[in-house]
Amino acid sequence: MSKIRGAVTVDTERCKGCSLCIEACPLNLLSLADKRVNHKGYPYVEQKNWESCTGCTSCAIVCPDGCISVYRVKE
Amino acid sequence: MTKEEIIRPENLVCAKPTLMNDAPMHYCPGCSHGMVHKIIAEVIEEMQMEEKTVGVCPVGCAVFAYRYLDIDWQEAAHGRAPAVATALKRLWPDRLVFTYQGDGDLACIGACETIHALNRGEKITVIFINNAIYGMTGGQMAPTTLVGMKTATCPYGRDVNLHGYPLNMTDLAVNLEGTAYVTRQSVHTVAAIRKAKRAIRKAFENSINGIGSNMVEIVSTCSAGWKTSPVKANKWMEENMFKYYRLGDLKDTQEIRSKE
Repeated sequence: MSKIRGAVTVDTERCKGCSLCIEACPLNLLSLADKRVNHKGYPYVEQKNWESCTGCTSCAIVCPDGCISVYRVKE
Repeated sequence: MTKEEIIRPENLVCAKPTLMNDAPMHYCPGCSHGMVHKIIAEVIEEMQMEEKTVGVCPVGCAVFAYRYLDIDWQEAAHGRAPAVATALKRLWPDRLVFTYQGDGDLACIGACETIHALNRGEKITVIFINNAIYGMTGGQMAPTTLVGMKTATCPYGRDVNLHGYPLNMTDLAVNLEGTAYVTRQSVHTVAAIRKAKRAIRKAFENSINGIGSNMVEIVSTCSAGWKTSPVKANKWMEENMFKYYRLGDLKDTQEIRSKE
């Protein structure tokens, strides 16, 4: 059976750490970076456990600033 | 498969719409304006109306909307966006003209312009961002503030004896003869964002085809004005705002005609 794999990239300088994508991710793969901030002083979002990401694009759809790009491949 | 193998341009499935430029947005973290800007950019791209769209900016948080979307914009005086849009549409009948207004702009100072433009059946779309508070000026009470809701100018909650009742502009617009499509949507979840996008697309198509005036209300959050986090603001909106501002299509003359 083919598996769908996904990964996201975050424009960390544009991210404001609103955490809406963290709530929207059905697999809870996103989290705020630990004790790191961007040049505006906002903690930004990171994808930690990217291995189980399916590229469902929920995080990118809810992102108000359009910082998230989603990539998807069929393995 | 490594992450680098997945992250390649040919595998990109979702990203910032190309109409939205790289200028950093001045909105607070988690503001609904960003979602609505993104939806509008996507709809205009899908309709291939990039060169033929004119937006009218309000006064309020969205006053700088012209900085973020690469389409033609016109800034209007406070509340006068529907009047400016009327002129634009009458002079350029082939353009897609929409106004983008908050509740202070549309429901308070611009209530007259909004109602008359909608009642005349101008071929425009009015996008109404309703977050029940004056966000930009520091969280004062707006005409749409809910009964009992605390703001900077009603710290004990909105009292109907003193401040009157919340003004439901979209319900008013339903009763106007000139409106073709009136809907109330939200952008708090993925499903809601998809629905709101379909609603905006329909309203824009009506405007181009010259079918009456269209109004899309987006019930929104203002986490800074409500003094809470964006995630909690969404929950508060679901629990309180949706009781008074019910989501869904309120009027659709095209649907009625297709059934007849």
